[in-house]
Amino acid sequence: MTTQNAETPRVYNFKRRRRTPFQWLLSTGWRHILGLVLCLYALFPILYIISTSLYPNNDINNTNALFQAFSIDNYKALFNDPTRPFATWYLNTIVIGVLTSVGSVFLSALAAFAFSRLRFRGRRGGLLSLILMQMFPSVLGIVAIYGLMSDIGQVFPQLGLNSQLGLVMVYMGGALGGGTYLMYGFFNTIPREIDEAATIDGAGHARIFFTITLRLVAPVLAVQMLLSYIGVTSDYVLASVLLNDPTKYTLATGLQSFISDPFSKDWSMFSAGTVLSAIPTVALFLFLQRFITSGLTGGAVKG
Amino acid sequence: MVEESKQKTKQKKVRDERPTTLAAILWKIVLLGLTDAVVFLLVLVMVGQERFTESIVTVIVAIIINWIYLRKRGLPAKYLAPGVLFLIAFQIYILLFSGYTAFTNYSSSHNGDQALAINTIKNASFRVIDGEDFTVSLVKQNSNGERALLLTSNADGQVYIGKDGKEKAVVAPGDYTLSKDCADKYAEDKTTCAHAAYTAKGFTPVKVADLSLFDKNKYLSLRVVLDPAKSNEGIKTADFSSALPIETTFSFNEKTKWFTALIADDSGNYAAGDVFKPGNDGFYHLNGNLKAYNLSGGWRVEVGFKNFVTIFTDQDLRKPLLKVISWTFIFAISTVLSTFVLGMAVALLFNHERLRGKKLYRSVMILPYAFPAFLSVYVWAGLFNRENGFINTVILGQTPGSEANFPWLTEEGPARLAVLLVNLWLGFPYMFLIVTGALQSIPAELTEAATIDGASPWQSFRLIKLPLLLVSIAPLLISSFAFNFNNFTIIYLLNKGGPADSSVVGYDVGGTDILITFVYKIAGFNGGTGQNYGLASAFSILIFLVVGSLSLVSFRRTRTLEDIN
Repeated sequence: MTTQNAETPRVYNFKRRRRTPFQWLLSTGWRHILGLVLCLYALFPILYIISTSLYPNNDINNTNALFQAFSIDNYKALFNDPTRPFATWYLNTIVIGVLTSVGSVFLSALAAFAFSRLRFRGRRGGLLSLILMQMFPSVLGIVAIYGLMSDIGQVFPQLGLNSQLGLVMVYMGGALGGGTYLMYGFFNTIPREIDEAATIDGAGHARIFFTITLRLVAPVLAVQMLLSYIGVTSDYVLASVLLNDPTKYTLATGLQSFISDPFSKDWSMFSAGTVLSAIPTVALFLFLQRFITSGLTGGAVKG
Repeated sequence: MVEESKQKTKQKKVRDERPTTLAAILWKIVLLGLTDAVVFLLVLVMVGQERFTESIVTVIVAIIINWIYLRKRGLPAKYLAPGVLFLIAFQIYILLFSGYTAFTNYSSSHNGDQALAINTIKNASFRVIDGEDFTVSLVKQNSNGERALLLTSNADGQVYIGKDGKEKAVVAPGDYTLSKDCADKYAEDKTTCAHAAYTAKGFTPVKVADLSLFDKNKYLSLRVVLDPAKSNEGIKTADFSSALPIETTFSFNEKTKWFTALIADDSGNYAAGDVFKPGNDGFYHLNGNLKAYNLSGGWRVEVGFKNFVTIFTDQDLRKPLLKVISWTFIFAISTVLSTFVLGMAVALLFNHERLRGKKLYRSVMILPYAFPAFLSVYVWAGLFNRENGFINTVILGQTPGSEANFPWLTEEGPARLAVLLVNLWLGFPYMFLIVTGALQSIPAELTEAATIDGASPWQSFRLIKLPLLLVSIAPLLISSFAFNFNNFTIIYLLNKGGPADSSVVGYDVGGTDILITFVYKIAGFNGGTGQNYGLASAFSILIFLVVGSLSLVSFRRTRTLEDIN
């Protein structure tokens, strides 16, 4: 009771006149102060890498003083290094990411449509085993994936080890396990009456799927594609095991080459590359913030 | 109206029995036709390489696909088939293959089947002798597709065409083209390769990068006759860029599948005339005796539970393995706890109705999560640099460049602390987001009622909010645990699992290695030696069992948690 009594007049005062700094500090001020500290904590590695990328020379000593120099030399150098073709990696990453995300979202949309709209034997079992399949982390399969791709490469060098198409196929293998169940939920939210109406008007199943269902979940498909794009472009393990030619690298495997050699670490170029590589992903993330949060509470974990 | 719709239902039923429109039929024909054309090409290539089993499997799969899409019934299969095809090839097959590999001795020296191993041994059993050497270009004869070597003498620049089992034949100067650039772009000496011929009239040049293993082996086994009187001498290429005069060191009996040494080994391991027989360990051994000398180049054989026995009984493995396992659990549990506590604290801090700029705070807090993890881990590795890193020199105020600075990453304890700190930074935004979401779903009446009943803020948090939070977040904590249990990125990219533990013999293991990075190293993917895929697979299976059963048990627990609600 006492608490409530204390609370009521304070709210009243707040509306009537300005609070003193002390009152501000007590109510929300300390939250702002701690918030600023947290922002600093969250931001400093990012600020550091941006600052480093703007230093003209490759001297890690100087770069510790943040934002003392501004030069785009590193960014220029990044595009003029024939042994480390950054532009190629960037393009590779985009191509692999786009192919995989579009392909796997399409595959899981097809499957989700079947699970949501059609009734068949093994439907429940199929859905359950897809959820189970999700629990097997692809990292554990690296040895087998390597073996499989090396076997395929013995017959078709264009599809086996060191092939980007092969890598895309491996990523697509995870499509059903990764996206179907989520999309199944979204498909279920579309009223069946719409399908029935279309059927009465003479539409076949393919027309319903492509022109009605897919159109209605288009925003969800887009978000799923972007999430899958972010996931694929951040993958290091599979890309590092399957690709070993510098011209085929993705950003995840390529950028490492700037700092992996202990005797010739090139932090300036690396940081410039990092900034450029991170921009699209961070932008996508901020843009998708709302969807990602709801997806998270739905049980998805960023891989 | 009712009449009309009934009529339409009837029409629909009729329509359902055959494709509705012309467009649909055309699409079907085009897509199926394309699929079949691709399959036909694949099978053609496989048959060309004598891969008959694989060809038959492919044809059967193609027939099933055609059957699914051509028949009128079985609609679900039409929607499921494309995804299931990839699922079978790259998930289910991978699972089964992992399981199978765990029971084999698959490794870099037992790679492929016995036929492949025989081929490898054959191709490697030669000794270079004195004579003219050549620069080589791989070609195919246009008329009959015969593989041949285009040889340019390194002595006088004379160009020859060399075919298997025949003597080399001179190519007239006008009939060949010199290569425009070196095969090796970065070669310092461009003079030798600039003068080599790369194609000749009637032949097509072949790029090594485009060759399948089958074709490579065909080129490797190609033997140009040097002297018709000496059958065991010839010219061959071993590296696709040069060809040397050689003599054969082993003969192979196609019937018995035995190798016989023609020349004694330089280091005295075997004498001329010694016979090598295949052993059940996937190697050719002297007289078939498993303990005797073996030829390099083996094949995959099943070894039963040997890999699992190694895991549980190998004395060299025991100490590092126990260390790795305990650290894996410590790492995963402390990561989940630390990120959850910090994430929840941040969520509670910003979950205040009168707080301004909540959106801005939220966008900043999400940044570590939005920044690609592999990049931030590299950045942190730089920040933790011992001599000049930002953390040592600026935050801890130590001397720049000094080797006496705090040994983040170079000593085990600090390296483990660094891993946890980095993962805290990477992981707390995720927890912040989900806790914020969960907090907002807790009805305000509950806390208000508690306040009226005289509960302190701490009491209402501990007794009301926290239990409710845990109910909705526990499954996510468990999946976070499972994710971190196999969190390869942070461990391997921060410090490659290091610092390396020099006290361990026979295995490459570091102070921050978790199981999955240890497996990666056993498989030799880090560029190390060994490449024991069999043992690595056995580990993968065990990890899967651990993670899988933990998840199952915990999900059961969660259900009881929900019952409380």
